Amino acid sequence: MLTKRIIPCLDVDAGRVVKGVSFVNLRDAGDPAELASYYDAQGADELVFLDITASSDSRETILSVVEDVSEQVFIPLTVGGGIRTVTDVRKILESGADKVSLNTAALKDPDVISQAANRFGSQCIVVAIDAKRTSSSNFDESSSQHFDPTSLSLSQESTWEVFTHGGREPTGIDVVKWSLMAEELGAGEILLTSMDADGHENGYDIQLLREVSESVNIPVIASGGAGTLDHFREAVEEGMADAVLAASIFHFGTFDIGDVKDYLGSCGIPVRPVGNLA
Amino acid sequence: MTNSEVERPIITVIDYQAGNIRSVEKALEKSGASVKVSGKASDLEKSDAVVFPGQGSCDSSMVNLRNQGLDEVLVEWINSGKPFMGVCLGLQLLLEESDEGDERGLGVLEGRVEKLPEGQKVPHMGWNSVRFTTDHPVFKGVSQNSYFYFVHSYIAVPKASSIIAGHTEYGRDFCSAVAFDNVVAVQFHPEKSGENGLNIYKNFVSYVESSS
Repeated sequence: MLTKRIIPCLDVDAGRVVKGVSFVNLRDAGDPAELASYYDAQGADELVFLDITASSDSRETILSVVEDVSEQVFIPLTVGGGIRTVTDVRKILESGADKVSLNTAALKDPDVISQAANRFGSQCIVVAIDAKRTSSSNFDESSSQHFDPTSLSLSQESTWEVFTHGGREPTGIDVVKWSLMAEELGAGEILLTSMDADGHENGYDIQLLREVSESVNIPVIASGGAGTLDHFREAVEEGMADAVLAASIFHFGTFDIGDVKDYLGSCGIPVRPVGNLA
Repeated sequence: MTNSEVERPIITVIDYQAGNIRSVEKALEKSGASVKVSGKASDLEKSDAVVFPGQGSCDSSMVNLRNQGLDEVLVEWINSGKPFMGVCLGLQLLLEESDEGDERGLGVLEGRVEKLPEGQKVPHMGWNSVRFTTDHPVFKGVSQNSYFYFVHSYIAVPKASSIIAGHTEYGRDFCSAVAFDNVVAVQFHPEKSGENGLNIYKNFVSYVESSS
Protein backbone atom coordinates (compact mmCIF):
# COMPACT_ATOMS: atom_id res chain seq x y z
CA MET A 1 0.00 0.00 0.00
CA LEU A 2 1.21 3.50 -0.80
CA THR A 3 2.43 5.08 2.43
CA LYS A 4 2.06 8.64 3.65
CA ARG A 5 5.36 10.48 3.44
CA ILE A 6 7.02 12.34 6.31
CA ILE A 7 9.28 15.10 5.03
CA PRO A 8 11.66 17.30 7.02
CA CYS A 9 12.42 20.68 5.47
CA LEU A 10 15.83 22.30 5.80
CA ASP A 11 16.64 25.93 5.12
CA VAL A 12 19.91 26.44 3.29
CA ASP A 13 21.71 29.80 3.20
CA ALA A 14 24.85 30.10 1.06
CA GLY A 15 25.44 26.35 1.22
CA ARG A 16 24.88 25.93 4.95
CA VAL A 17 21.84 24.67 6.79
CA VAL A 18 20.48 27.35 9.07
CA LYS A 19 18.07 26.75 11.92
CA GLY A 20 19.44 23.22 11.72
CA VAL A 21 19.45 20.45 14.23
CA SER A 22 21.10 21.67 17.41
CA PHE A 23 20.25 19.00 19.95
CA VAL A 24 22.26 16.03 18.77
CA ASN A 25 25.95 15.42 18.36
CA LEU A 26 26.62 16.14 14.75
CA ARG A 27 30.13 16.88 13.65
CA ASP A 28 28.80 19.87 11.79
CA ALA A 29 25.19 20.87 12.33
CA GLY A 30 25.31 23.16 9.31
CA ASP A 31 26.47 20.53 6.85
CA PRO A 32 23.59 19.67 4.49
CA ALA A 33 24.88 16.19 3.68
CA GLU A 34 25.36 15.27 7.33
CA LEU A 35 21.88 16.48 8.22
CA ALA A 36 20.41 14.69 5.23
CA SER A 37 22.03 11.44 6.41
CA TYR A 38 20.74 12.08 9.91
CA TYR A 39 17.16 12.39 8.73
CA ASP A 40 17.53 9.51 6.31
CA ALA A 41 18.62 7.28 9.20
CA GLN A 42 15.57 8.44 11.19
CA GLY A 43 13.29 7.26 8.41
CA ALA A 44 12.56 10.46 6.49
CA ASP A 45 10.77 9.53 3.27
CA GLU A 46 12.01 12.52 1.36
CA LEU A 47 13.92 15.73 2.00
CA VAL A 48 13.14 19.29 1.05
CA PHE A 49 15.90 21.87 0.89
CA LEU A 50 14.73 25.44 0.76
CA ASP A 51 17.41 27.78 -0.55
CA ILE A 52 16.99 31.07 1.29
CA THR A 53 20.23 32.57 0.01
CA ALA A 54 19.66 36.27 -0.43
CA SER A 55 22.82 37.23 -2.25
CA SER A 56 22.88 36.37 -5.92
CA ASP A 57 26.65 35.77 -5.71
CA SER A 58 26.03 32.74 -3.55
CA ARG A 59 23.14 31.30 -5.46
CA GLU A 60 25.21 28.72 -7.30
CA THR A 61 26.31 27.18 -4.01
CA ILE A 62 23.01 25.29 -3.82
CA LEU A 63 24.19 23.24 -6.79
CA SER A 64 27.22 21.90 -4.94
CA VAL A 65 25.03 21.25 -1.90
CA VAL A 66 22.71 19.14 -4.04
CA GLU A 67 25.68 17.29 -5.50
CA ASP A 68 27.11 16.51 -2.07
CA VAL A 69 23.80 15.34 -0.68
CA SER A 70 22.85 13.22 -3.68
CA GLU A 71 26.15 11.37 -3.49
CA GLN A 72 25.49 10.31 0.06
CA VAL A 73 21.76 10.05 0.59
CA PHE A 74 19.61 7.90 -1.65
CA ILE A 75 16.12 9.16 -0.97
CA PRO A 76 14.17 11.76 -2.98
CA LEU A 77 15.40 15.31 -2.69
CA THR A 78 13.35 18.40 -3.54
CA VAL A 79 14.98 21.80 -3.87
CA GLY A 80 13.09 25.06 -3.77
CA GLY A 81 13.79 28.75 -3.38
CA GLY A 82 14.90 31.22 -5.99
CA ILE A 83 14.33 28.95 -8.98
CA ARG A 84 13.20 31.24 -11.78
CA THR A 85 13.80 29.74 -15.18
CA VAL A 86 13.82 26.42 -16.97
CA THR A 87 17.61 26.71 -17.01
CA ASP A 88 17.60 26.98 -13.20
CA VAL A 89 15.42 23.87 -13.08
CA ARG A 90 17.80 21.97 -15.36
CA LYS A 91 20.86 22.92 -13.31
CA ILE A 92 19.26 21.78 -10.06
CA LEU A 93 18.10 18.47 -11.55
CA GLU A 94 21.48 17.83 -13.18
CA SER A 95 23.12 18.36 -9.82
CA GLY A 96 21.16 15.40 -8.50
CA ALA A 97 17.85 16.75 -7.18
CA ASP A 98 14.75 14.74 -7.99
CA LYS A 99 12.28 17.58 -7.90
CA VAL A 100 12.27 21.32 -7.94
CA SER A 101 9.73 23.44 -6.20
CA LEU A 102 8.51 26.58 -7.96
CA ASN A 103 6.74 29.37 -6.16
CA THR A 104 7.05 33.05 -7.09
CA ALA A 105 8.44 32.31 -10.55
CA ALA A 106 5.41 30.17 -11.37
CA LEU A 107 3.07 32.96 -10.32
CA LYS A 108 4.92 35.55 -12.37
CA ASP A 109 5.05 33.30 -15.41
CA PRO A 110 2.93 30.14 -15.23
CA ASP A 111 4.47 28.95 -18.50
CA VAL A 112 7.58 28.05 -16.51
CA ILE A 113 5.55 25.17 -15.04
CA SER A 114 4.52 23.78 -18.42
CA GLN A 115 7.92 24.32 -20.00
CA ALA A 116 9.71 22.57 -17.16
CA ALA A 117 7.11 19.78 -17.00
CA ASN A 118 7.29 19.17 -20.75
CA ARG A 119 11.04 19.06 -20.68
CA PHE A 120 11.73 17.12 -17.49
CA GLY A 121 8.41 15.46 -16.69
CA SER A 122 5.66 16.40 -14.27
CA GLN A 123 7.09 14.08 -11.64
CA CYS A 124 9.87 16.54 -10.87
CA ILE A 125 7.83 19.75 -10.80
CA VAL A 126 6.41 20.76 -7.44
CA VAL A 127 4.41 23.96 -7.19
CA ALA A 128 4.70 25.53 -3.76
CA ILE A 129 1.74 27.62 -2.67
CA ASP A 130 1.73 29.93 0.34
CA ALA A 131 -1.90 30.35 1.39
CA LYS A 132 -3.46 32.85 3.74
CA ARG A 133 -7.08 33.14 4.79
CA THR A 134 -8.71 36.08 3.09
CA SER A 135 -10.01 39.16 4.76
CA SER A 136 -12.98 40.87 3.17
CA SER A 137 -10.86 43.73 1.79
CA ASN A 138 -9.09 41.31 -0.52
CA PHE A 139 -12.18 40.66 -2.58
CA ASP A 140 -11.58 43.92 -4.40
CA GLU A 141 -11.33 43.21 -8.11
CA SER A 142 -8.33 45.50 -8.47
CA SER A 143 -6.29 43.23 -6.21
CA SER A 144 -5.75 40.76 -9.02
CA GLN A 145 -2.25 41.46 -10.23
CA HIS A 146 -0.83 38.76 -12.40
CA PHE A 147 -3.54 37.06 -14.36
CA ASP A 148 -6.62 37.28 -16.38
CA PRO A 149 -8.85 38.39 -13.53
CA THR A 150 -11.75 36.25 -14.65
CA SER A 151 -9.89 33.01 -14.13
CA LEU A 152 -7.89 33.03 -10.93
CA SER A 153 -8.78 36.09 -8.93
CA LEU A 154 -10.41 35.99 -5.54
CA SER A 155 -14.18 35.89 -5.44
CA GLN A 156 -16.78 36.01 -2.71
CA GLU A 157 -16.36 32.25 -2.33
CA SER A 158 -12.61 32.43 -1.87
CA THR A 159 -11.31 31.45 1.53
CA TRP A 160 -7.57 31.54 0.86
CA GLU A 161 -5.36 33.90 -1.09
CA VAL A 162 -1.98 33.08 -2.59
CA PHE A 163 0.84 35.09 -1.01
CA THR A 164 4.49 35.41 -1.97
CA HIS A 165 7.63 36.58 -0.20
CA GLY A 166 7.06 34.58 2.95
CA GLY A 167 3.48 35.67 3.31
CA ARG A 168 4.10 39.41 2.91
CA GLU A 169 2.91 39.99 -0.64
CA PRO A 170 -0.72 39.34 -1.57
CA THR A 171 -1.41 38.33 -5.16
CA GLY A 172 -5.17 38.55 -5.41
CA ILE A 173 -5.20 34.94 -6.57
CA ASP A 174 -7.46 32.23 -5.20
CA VAL A 175 -5.53 29.25 -3.79
CA VAL A 176 -7.85 26.53 -5.06
CA LYS A 177 -8.03 28.01 -8.56
CA TRP A 178 -4.27 28.37 -8.68
CA SER A 179 -3.82 24.76 -7.53
CA LEU A 180 -6.04 23.55 -10.34
CA MET A 181 -4.20 25.66 -12.86
CA ALA A 182 -0.82 24.42 -11.63
CA GLU A 183 -2.02 20.85 -12.11
CA GLU A 184 -3.31 21.63 -15.58
CA LEU A 185 0.02 23.19 -16.52
CA GLY A 186 1.83 20.03 -15.52
CA ALA A 187 2.76 20.26 -11.86
CA GLY A 188 3.25 16.79 -10.39
CA GLU A 189 2.68 17.78 -6.80
CA ILE A 190 1.59 20.70 -4.64
CA LEU A 191 3.43 21.85 -1.54
CA LEU A 192 0.77 23.73 0.37
CA THR A 193 1.80 25.98 3.23
CA SER A 194 -0.66 27.75 5.46
CA MET A 195 0.87 31.11 6.33
CA ASP A 196 -1.70 31.47 9.12
CA ALA A 197 -0.67 28.22 10.76
CA ASP A 198 3.04 28.28 9.98
CA GLY A 199 5.21 28.73 13.05
CA HIS A 200 2.35 28.49 15.55
CA GLU A 201 2.48 24.74 16.15
CA ASN A 202 -1.30 24.68 16.57
CA GLY A 203 -1.89 22.29 13.73
CA TYR A 204 -2.15 22.37 9.96
CA ASP A 205 -4.99 24.28 8.31
CA ILE A 206 -7.12 21.19 7.76
CA GLN A 207 -9.87 22.91 5.83
CA LEU A 208 -7.34 24.35 3.38
CA LEU A 209 -5.66 20.98 2.91
CA ARG A 210 -8.90 19.19 2.34
CA GLU A 211 -10.23 21.71 -0.10
CA VAL A 212 -7.11 21.65 -2.25
CA SER A 213 -6.54 17.92 -1.93
CA GLU A 214 -10.07 17.15 -3.03
CA SER A 215 -9.88 19.62 -5.91
CA VAL A 216 -6.73 18.36 -7.59
CA ASN A 217 -5.74 14.86 -8.65
CA ILE A 218 -2.03 15.20 -7.83
CA PRO A 219 -0.42 14.64 -4.44
CA VAL A 220 -0.56 17.43 -1.87
CA ILE A 221 2.11 17.98 0.78
CA ALA A 222 0.83 19.62 3.96
CA SER A 223 3.04 22.31 5.44
CA GLY A 224 2.84 24.78 8.30
CA GLY A 225 1.58 24.31 11.81
CA ALA A 226 2.75 20.91 13.07
CA GLY A 227 3.15 20.94 16.85
CA THR A 228 1.88 17.61 18.11
CA LEU A 229 1.82 14.07 16.79
CA ASP A 230 -1.91 14.27 16.35
CA HIS A 231 -1.51 17.22 14.00
CA PHE A 232 0.13 14.88 11.51
CA ARG A 233 -2.78 12.47 11.77
CA GLU A 234 -5.28 15.31 11.24
CA ALA A 235 -3.44 16.46 8.13
CA VAL A 236 -3.60 12.98 6.62
CA GLU A 237 -6.98 11.74 7.83
CA GLU A 238 -9.00 14.94 7.82
CA GLY A 239 -6.95 17.08 5.45
CA MET A 240 -6.46 14.21 2.97
CA ALA A 241 -2.79 15.14 2.60
CA ASP A 242 -0.53 12.67 0.80
CA ALA A 243 2.56 13.82 2.66
CA VAL A 244 3.34 15.98 5.68
CA LEU A 245 6.23 18.38 5.93
CA ALA A 246 7.63 19.96 9.07
CA ALA A 247 10.74 21.83 10.05
CA SER A 248 11.20 23.16 13.56
CA ILE A 249 9.64 20.33 15.54
CA PHE A 250 12.11 17.94 13.90
CA HIS A 251 15.05 20.31 14.18
CA PHE A 252 14.34 21.07 17.84
CA GLY A 253 13.93 17.39 18.57
CA THR A 254 10.38 17.72 19.87
CA PHE A 255 9.72 14.54 17.90
CA ASP A 256 11.80 12.52 15.56
CA ILE A 257 10.51 11.03 12.34
CA GLY A 258 10.18 7.64 14.01
CA ASP A 259 7.83 9.07 16.64
CA VAL A 260 5.58 10.43 13.93
CA LYS A 261 5.60 7.15 12.03
CA ASP A 262 4.90 5.10 15.16
CA TYR A 263 1.98 7.35 16.01
CA LEU A 264 0.49 7.38 12.52
CA GLY A 265 0.97 3.62 12.30
CA SER A 266 -0.90 3.18 15.58
CA CYS A 267 -3.78 5.18 14.07
CA GLY A 268 -3.92 2.78 11.14
CA ILE A 269 -2.28 5.15 8.64
CA PRO A 270 0.17 3.39 6.30
CA VAL A 271 3.76 4.55 6.79
CA ARG A 272 7.08 3.16 5.66
CA PRO A 273 8.71 1.55 8.69
CA VAL A 274 11.85 3.24 9.98
CA GLY A 275 14.96 1.37 8.89
CA ASN A 276 13.45 0.88 5.47
CA LEU A 277 12.73 -2.79 6.02
CA ALA A 278 9.46 -4.57 5.80
CA MET B 1 39.18 3.47 -1.21
CA THR B 2 40.59 0.20 -2.47
CA ASN B 3 42.91 -0.39 -5.36
CA SER B 4 40.34 -2.58 -7.02
CA GLU B 5 39.24 0.11 -9.45
CA VAL B 6 40.43 -1.98 -12.39
CA GLU B 7 38.40 -4.96 -11.24
CA ARG B 8 35.16 -3.10 -10.92
CA PRO B 9 32.69 -4.12 -13.59
CA ILE B 10 31.98 -1.42 -16.14
CA ILE B 11 28.33 -0.50 -16.27
CA THR B 12 27.02 1.91 -18.86
CA VAL B 13 24.05 4.02 -17.83
CA ILE B 14 22.18 4.92 -20.98
CA ASP B 15 21.83 8.66 -21.38
CA TYR B 16 18.96 9.66 -23.66
CA GLN B 17 17.83 12.86 -21.92
CA ALA B 18 15.28 11.15 -19.77
CA GLY B 19 15.36 12.07 -16.15
CA ASN B 20 17.66 12.01 -13.19
CA ILE B 21 20.55 9.90 -14.39
CA ARG B 22 23.00 11.31 -11.91
CA SER B 23 21.47 9.53 -8.93
CA VAL B 24 21.52 6.22 -10.81
CA GLU B 25 25.20 6.82 -11.55
CA LYS B 26 25.97 7.65 -7.91
CA ALA B 27 24.05 4.67 -6.56
CA LEU B 28 25.84 2.26 -8.91
CA GLU B 29 29.21 3.75 -8.00
CA LYS B 30 28.40 3.30 -4.34
CA SER B 31 27.42 -0.28 -5.13
CA GLY B 32 30.86 -1.08 -6.53
CA ALA B 33 30.58 -0.44 -10.25
CA SER B 34 32.72 1.65 -12.53
CA VAL B 35 30.05 3.74 -14.21
CA LYS B 36 30.01 5.31 -17.61
CA VAL B 37 27.11 7.56 -18.53
CA SER B 38 26.76 7.54 -22.28
CA GLY B 39 24.37 7.94 -25.15
CA LYS B 40 26.76 6.46 -27.69
CA ALA B 41 26.27 2.97 -29.04
CA SER B 42 30.04 2.52 -29.41
CA ASP B 43 30.55 2.86 -25.66
CA LEU B 44 28.55 -0.29 -25.01
CA GLU B 45 31.30 -2.45 -26.53
CA LYS B 46 33.50 -1.88 -23.50
CA SER B 47 30.71 -2.48 -20.99
CA ASP B 48 29.98 -5.49 -18.86
CA ALA B 49 26.39 -4.42 -18.28
CA VAL B 50 23.79 -1.82 -19.19
CA VAL B 51 21.46 0.08 -16.92
CA PHE B 52 18.58 1.71 -18.73
CA PRO B 53 16.95 4.36 -16.52
CA GLY B 54 14.36 6.95 -17.40
CA GLN B 55 11.51 9.16 -16.41
CA GLY B 56 9.11 11.06 -18.59
CA SER B 57 7.05 10.07 -21.56
CA CYS B 58 7.37 6.91 -23.63
CA ASP B 59 7.00 8.68 -26.97
CA SER B 60 9.65 11.35 -26.57
CA SER B 61 12.02 8.83 -25.02
CA MET B 62 11.61 6.36 -27.88
CA VAL B 63 12.20 9.18 -30.35
CA ASN B 64 15.38 10.14 -28.49
CA LEU B 65 16.54 6.53 -28.46
CA ARG B 66 15.98 6.16 -32.19
CA ASN B 67 17.66 9.46 -32.96
CA GLN B 68 20.70 8.31 -31.04
CA GLY B 69 20.61 4.93 -32.78
CA LEU B 70 20.20 3.21 -29.45
CA ASP B 71 16.94 1.32 -29.95
CA GLU B 72 18.42 -1.49 -32.04
CA VAL B 73 21.63 -1.52 -30.02
CA LEU B 74 19.70 -2.09 -26.82
CA VAL B 75 17.68 -4.93 -28.33
CA GLU B 76 20.91 -6.52 -29.59
CA TRP B 77 22.44 -6.14 -26.15
CA ILE B 78 19.49 -7.85 -24.50
CA ASN B 79 19.54 -10.66 -27.05
CA SER B 80 23.27 -11.14 -26.54
CA GLY B 81 22.64 -12.42 -23.02
CA LYS B 82 24.68 -9.78 -21.22
CA PRO B 83 23.29 -8.26 -17.99
CA PHE B 84 20.66 -5.58 -18.45
CA MET B 85 18.68 -3.63 -15.90
CA GLY B 86 15.78 -1.30 -16.67
CA VAL B 87 14.51 1.29 -14.21
CA CYS B 88 11.06 2.94 -14.31
CA LEU B 89 10.59 4.02 -17.94
CA GLY B 90 13.41 1.54 -18.65
CA LEU B 91 10.94 -1.20 -17.75
CA GLN B 92 8.03 0.25 -19.70
CA LEU B 93 10.03 0.72 -22.90
CA LEU B 94 10.77 -3.01 -23.02
CA LEU B 95 7.15 -3.65 -23.99
CA GLU B 96 5.57 -3.42 -27.41
CA GLU B 97 3.24 -0.47 -27.12
CA SER B 98 1.88 2.11 -24.74
CA ASP B 99 -1.39 3.85 -23.93
CA GLU B 100 0.74 6.92 -23.42
CA GLY B 101 1.52 7.47 -27.07
CA ASP B 102 1.88 6.10 -30.55
CA GLU B 103 5.53 5.16 -30.67
CA ARG B 104 6.32 1.46 -30.47
CA GLY B 105 8.48 0.33 -27.60
CA LEU B 106 11.55 -1.89 -27.90
CA GLY B 107 9.26 -4.91 -28.00
CA VAL B 108 11.59 -7.19 -26.06
CA LEU B 109 8.63 -8.13 -23.90
CA GLU B 110 5.18 -8.99 -25.16
CA GLY B 111 2.56 -6.72 -23.68
CA ARG B 112 1.64 -3.09 -23.34
CA VAL B 113 1.94 -0.09 -21.05
CA GLU B 114 -1.37 1.00 -19.56
CA LYS B 115 -2.54 4.01 -17.60
CA LEU B 116 -3.06 3.52 -13.89
CA PRO B 117 -6.77 3.03 -13.15
CA GLU B 118 -8.83 6.07 -12.20
CA GLY B 119 -9.86 6.65 -8.65
CA GLN B 120 -6.57 7.58 -7.04
CA LYS B 121 -4.04 10.32 -7.46
CA VAL B 122 -1.69 10.26 -10.39
CA PRO B 123 1.29 10.08 -10.45
CA HIS B 124 1.63 7.17 -8.08
CA MET B 125 4.25 8.94 -6.01
CA GLY B 126 5.90 7.73 -2.84
CA TRP B 127 6.98 4.59 -1.01
CA ASN B 128 5.04 1.44 -1.70
CA SER B 129 5.70 -2.21 -0.92
CA VAL B 130 6.75 -4.90 -3.36
CA ARG B 131 5.76 -8.54 -3.09
CA PHE B 132 8.54 -10.41 -4.80
CA THR B 133 7.82 -13.60 -6.73
CA THR B 134 11.29 -14.40 -8.00
CA ASP B 135 14.50 -16.06 -6.96
CA HIS B 136 16.59 -13.98 -9.34
CA PRO B 137 19.93 -13.09 -7.66
CA VAL B 138 19.32 -9.35 -8.17
CA PHE B 139 16.53 -9.50 -5.58
CA LYS B 140 18.42 -11.72 -3.16
CA GLY B 141 18.16 -10.72 0.49
CA VAL B 142 15.53 -8.06 -0.19
CA SER B 143 12.76 -8.55 2.33
CA GLN B 144 9.33 -9.56 1.17
CA ASN B 145 6.96 -6.56 1.10
CA SER B 146 9.74 -4.07 1.69
CA TYR B 147 9.31 -0.50 0.51
CA PHE B 148 10.59 1.28 -2.58
CA TYR B 149 10.11 4.73 -4.03
CA PHE B 150 7.76 5.00 -7.01
CA VAL B 151 6.95 7.89 -9.37
CA HIS B 152 4.92 6.97 -12.41
CA SER B 153 1.56 7.36 -14.12
CA TYR B 154 1.66 4.26 -16.32
CA ILE B 155 2.28 0.58 -15.62
CA ALA B 156 3.82 -2.29 -17.52
CA VAL B 157 1.40 -5.10 -18.29
CA PRO B 158 3.46 -7.99 -19.70
CA LYS B 159 1.62 -10.87 -21.31
CA ALA B 160 3.64 -13.64 -19.71
CA SER B 161 2.97 -13.67 -15.99
CA SER B 162 5.92 -16.01 -15.52
CA ILE B 163 8.40 -13.16 -15.96
CA ILE B 164 6.77 -10.94 -13.33
CA ALA B 165 9.15 -10.73 -10.40
CA GLY B 166 7.34 -8.26 -8.16
CA HIS B 167 3.81 -7.05 -7.50
CA THR B 168 2.61 -3.76 -6.04
CA GLU B 169 -0.85 -2.46 -5.22
CA TYR B 170 -2.10 0.97 -6.28
CA GLY B 171 -5.69 0.96 -7.40
CA ARG B 172 -4.92 -2.46 -8.83
CA ASP B 173 -2.23 -5.07 -8.54
CA PHE B 174 0.48 -4.22 -11.04
CA CYS B 175 3.83 -5.54 -12.16
CA SER B 176 6.56 -3.63 -10.31
CA ALA B 177 9.45 -5.87 -11.38
CA VAL B 178 10.30 -8.35 -14.12
CA ALA B 179 13.14 -10.85 -14.35
CA PHE B 180 13.95 -13.22 -17.18
CA ASP B 181 17.20 -14.56 -18.58
CA ASN B 182 19.75 -11.74 -18.40
CA VAL B 183 17.14 -9.00 -17.92
CA VAL B 184 15.78 -7.42 -14.77
CA ALA B 185 13.66 -4.29 -14.73
CA VAL B 186 11.84 -2.44 -11.99
CA GLN B 187 9.11 0.18 -11.96
CA PHE B 188 10.40 1.79 -8.76
CA HIS B 189 13.59 3.79 -8.31
CA PRO B 190 16.23 1.78 -6.43
CA GLU B 191 18.49 4.85 -6.47
CA LYS B 192 15.88 6.67 -4.38
CA SER B 193 14.89 3.78 -2.14
CA GLY B 194 17.54 4.00 0.55
CA GLU B 195 19.22 0.79 1.73
CA ASN B 196 16.72 -1.51 0.05
CA GLY B 197 17.41 0.11 -3.29
CA LEU B 198 21.17 0.10 -2.86
CA ASN B 199 20.97 -3.62 -2.05
CA ILE B 200 19.39 -4.23 -5.44
CA TYR B 201 22.15 -2.31 -7.21
CA LYS B 202 24.79 -4.16 -5.18
CA ASN B 203 23.18 -7.44 -6.15
CA PHE B 204 23.15 -6.35 -9.77
CA VAL B 205 26.86 -5.50 -9.62
CA SER B 206 27.57 -8.96 -8.12
CA TYR B 207 25.41 -10.54 -10.80
CA VAL B 208 27.43 -8.70 -13.46
CA GLU B 209 30.67 -9.90 -11.88
CA SER B 210 29.48 -13.50 -11.85
CA SER B 211 28.26 -13.25 -15.45
CA SER B 212 31.46 -11.89 -17.00
